[in-house]
Amino acid sequence: MHERMTGLSNPVASHRPLSKLAAALIAVAMVAAIFYFSFHQITYRWNWHSVLSYRLILVSGWMVTLAISITSLFLSIIIGVTFALARRSEILPLRYFAHIYVELVRGTPLLVQILVFFYVVADAFHVGNRYLVGALILSFFSGAYISEIVRAGIESIGQSQLESAKAIGLTRAQTYRYVIFPQAIRLALPPLVGQFVSLIKDSSLLSIIAVNEFTQAARDINSITYSTLECYIPLAAGYLILTLPISLWTRALEKRLRFET
Amino acid sequence: MRSKNDSALKLNISNLSKRFDAHQALDSVSLNLEETHSLVLIGPSGGGKTTLLRILAGLEIPDTGTVELNGEAIQFEEPALLCYRRTVRVVFQAFNLFPHLTALDNIALPLEKVHNHAPTQARDVALQLLRRFQLDAHANKKPAALSGGQRQRVAIARAVAIKPRVVLFDEPTSALDPEMTAEVLDTIEQLREEGTDLILVTHEMGFARLAADRVAFLSGGRVLEFGETKSVFDAPKTEECRRFLGTVLKY
Repeated sequence: MHERMTGLSNPVASHRPLSKLAAALIAVAMVAAIFYFSFHQITYRWNWHSVLSYRLILVSGWMVTLAISITSLFLSIIIGVTFALARRSEILPLRYFAHIYVELVRGTPLLVQILVFFYVVADAFHVGNRYLVGALILSFFSGAYISEIVRAGIESIGQSQLESAKAIGLTRAQTYRYVIFPQAIRLALPPLVGQFVSLIKDSSLLSIIAVNEFTQAARDINSITYSTLECYIPLAAGYLILTLPISLWTRALEKRLRFET
Repeated sequence: MRSKNDSALKLNISNLSKRFDAHQALDSVSLNLEETHSLVLIGPSGGGKTTLLRILAGLEIPDTGTVELNGEAIQFEEPALLCYRRTVRVVFQAFNLFPHLTALDNIALPLEKVHNHAPTQARDVALQLLRRFQLDAHANKKPAALSGGQRQRVAIARAVAIKPRVVLFDEPTSALDPEMTAEVLDTIEQLREEGTDLILVTHEMGFARLAADRVAFLSGGRVLEFGETKSVFDAPKTEECRRFLGTVLKY
């Protein structure tokens, strides 16, 4: 899932900038050649015009996906950290509750969760806004995975360090704040990026409760224009615009947090 | 020889017992200590030295018994125990320092977060200590960039930074090679000469003989011998202690 283990030196780092640039250009050219060849082989009548006239639908769908993704991203971090801490709690019912939540969410399809949550839970609690419900469902879905990532990060901190923290008189909260979290975040970052990217793409499933997000927009335009590729290629590009910055930003953050152990 | 003589350690341990499942780590230990600056605990592995030290550090709660340090009874329950822990310091065998912090920050963190120093003041104190132990060149290094001996000396600097009532050493040189062992023992000796009270668990008998005012020999969870360093080493009363010293001093 991750190209590089933290702590190991990056083999590319020692190369000169010019040769790195050349290598990147070659790689891009290779990808372009594969796509060009593939598209060249099919006889496809491109019809960008008809799709272009519906571009506003695509843009508004993209905005919905953006809004839902940002909301769920923040909520899922909060939910994830909360449940990770709950799973380490000394209060047993709380710990078991967190355990059951994680297993239920991870073990069932998102599709089913969306339907049950929207038609049963949200209805019972009188939450009518399907966009809000959609964001909540995604947050709880992603939060389960994030809680496991965070828990793994926390548990990677050795017993000896916790002992040291206790011996110098740090409280439990201070131990988390100054000893555990700074180190756990470094370990959790690469899997977290993967989870965030998944979250953005998973938001497309919300279309089944009539949330007009990005994928739904592309589907709608396709059903009007029958120009499948002209709808779905911009769709792919639109998702990349959301996911690439996250990957790049966390890569930079990872570099800043790196330390030898 | 000693610069300060006013704050000798007073330790009053009575009927201290601690059991871990089937293992009786401490079996009704009593110990009375006055006018002592350095106590060294010796004895075979599993004899109870480390458990006793950990109880004194506030890291372990005894099953029965009481401990008085400088006339004050340790209350073995949170949050009183947390407050107690903040007045003493332990130096462990290894892994004392936090790997994500520099040597300087490792010392400054408890000063700032536990003992309410201002950040700049905490750094000043930390830097001063690093200078005192000739470690100032390494102030901004993370533990991974330090040798084992340097790491232990930074840990010792962190321990004395808060002017603890007593510094507890739990086999501080067991994970080090001989050269680094000497470096760390020199630092402990420097502390002792400067008047820091300390209790030390060690297998370095030469150092124990040199640095200890009093020696306690623990075996099977009991204090079998306790007294002046010279008398314990030169005229052990019990068969166990005689055998132990015979073994460790053989080579």
